[in-house]
Amino acid sequence: MSDPTTDPLARVVREEWGRLVALLLAQFRRLDLVEDALGDAVEAASRTWPRDGVPDNPAGWLMTTARRRLLDRLRTEEVARRKQPLLATDAERHQQGARTMADPGAVLEDDLLRLVLMCSHPALAPEAASALSLRLVLGVATPDIARLFLVPEPTMAARITRAKKRIVGAGIPFAVPDASVLPERIENVAQTAYLAFTAGYAPGSGPDLLRAELAGEAVRLVRTTLALCPDEPVLLALLALVLLQHSRRDARVSDGRLVLLPDQDRRRWRTDEVDEARRLLEHPALAGPIPLLAASYTLQARIAAEHALAPSSAETRWDRIVRLYDALLGLAPSPSARLARAVAVAEDRGAAAGLEALEGVEVPGSHRPAAVRAELLARAGDTVAARAAYDQAIAACRNDVELQHLRERRQSLG
Amino acid sequence: MKYLVLLMGDGELKPWSDHTEEEQLEAMGRFQAFDAACAAREGVEILGGEALGDPADTTTLRTRGGQLQLTDGPYAEAVEGLGGFYLVEAPDLDVLVELLRVLPPYDMQVSPVVEVPM
Repeated sequence: MSDPTTDPLARVVREEWGRLVALLLAQFRRLDLVEDALGDAVEAASRTWPRDGVPDNPAGWLMTTARRRLLDRLRTEEVARRKQPLLATDAERHQQGARTMADPGAVLEDDLLRLVLMCSHPALAPEAASALSLRLVLGVATPDIARLFLVPEPTMAARITRAKKRIVGAGIPFAVPDASVLPERIENVAQTAYLAFTAGYAPGSGPDLLRAELAGEAVRLVRTTLALCPDEPVLLALLALVLLQHSRRDARVSDGRLVLLPDQDRRRWRTDEVDEARRLLEHPALAGPIPLLAASYTLQARIAAEHALAPSSAETRWDRIVRLYDALLGLAPSPSARLARAVAVAEDRGAAAGLEALEGVEVPGSHRPAAVRAELLARAGDTVAARAAYDQAIAACRNDVELQHLRERRQSLG
Repeated sequence: MKYLVLLMGDGELKPWSDHTEEEQLEAMGRFQAFDAACAAREGVEILGGEALGDPADTTTLRTRGGQLQLTDGPYAEAVEGLGGFYLVEAPDLDVLVELLRVLPPYDMQVSPVVEVPM
């Protein structure tokens, strides 16, 4: 797909894909056909628009073309007397009949919310839900989703197809659920988006900047959902969190090497994203008592904001960060939060205090506790123990970039 | 859609036999509330449902080499606690799950029934 800023087709696909999918699903209830029909329409547009000019209503053009494809398919099925199962939708759907892109706001946005909720349904495996959301809500291409999740393309294509089959087969509806369970379901959307986001930053087998860019699609998923539910605490907090983390992407890697937070060139952080995140954190919906997941995202975002706002690494307010980690551990104790707190304690009160805070912290399958211990032991001057801890971290590390960093650190001990 | 709901196990609940009389009444009340909630919900109907007898009285049938064999006990250990079932017509999984929250919080398995076109 070419650049959405210059190519009108790329732009309408990027901006309207989810709404088009939602409208087609609302009308035809055929999850197995909608994506192909829309893909055909985009393909047709790529041939005819350059020749005939871009239509006045590009999204409407795609909708009409896709709808025609779908009707053709349904007619073929009729001839073959083979009826496929339909997607379940909420009851009101049945009376509403066909709709077009000309329909005003609210109804259309309801359909988009139905799509978002369906894709992140808790009865789907989390990774399948993430992939399906990127595909159906945002129109991210399957090869890109495969790269994001570090799986081969055919594996990802199969995963998406299986998820679509399961939705229809299990009766997962294209519907907005009862108000009593809607907040829970919005939390599922948040977790689904965050899983996709963290996949973009998960250590791969090599340096791959593109994957951080793909994590930006997860940010877009949060943004899209927040636009549908503008005062939802969990989405406000999550958008702030991912924006702050994502704002550092350009500074994280230099010449294919990982650059740790203290060494990052802060001028390369995206200040517009940091500013937006700060505004989100001041939203009144985050001021009062909020549900656990929203509170956890808020605290994590406030920690990231402390880093983002420090003029230099040396001026970081580690005392405040330690307090935020204390609050976070009070909400939801996790080994990785304890590890991060130990790092903050070491910065605030010295290596010995950090080592004490690190006591008993284990993250299964991770080299990080050993790597932090090694670093703190080196700072405390215990070279022998530091070397042993580096060896332990190196043995457990699976990421090329981090591995190189650990080897260099061990070497520098002399 | 039609769903088979299997009440697979006690989950965090005590076994039925450890319930006091009061607790048993409370649980029975929840089954009645589920019946009422299903009846009140448009597009939902309980087509069948029973509590099952002691797993010790269960018999498993297997045909091997054309020979029917009967064995004492449930098909697999995992379904030892199978306590009952419902066959429910419901518009979708969300509606069904919402209604099943009315029941005591057993571990359940929900399977869509294959609809044979007429």
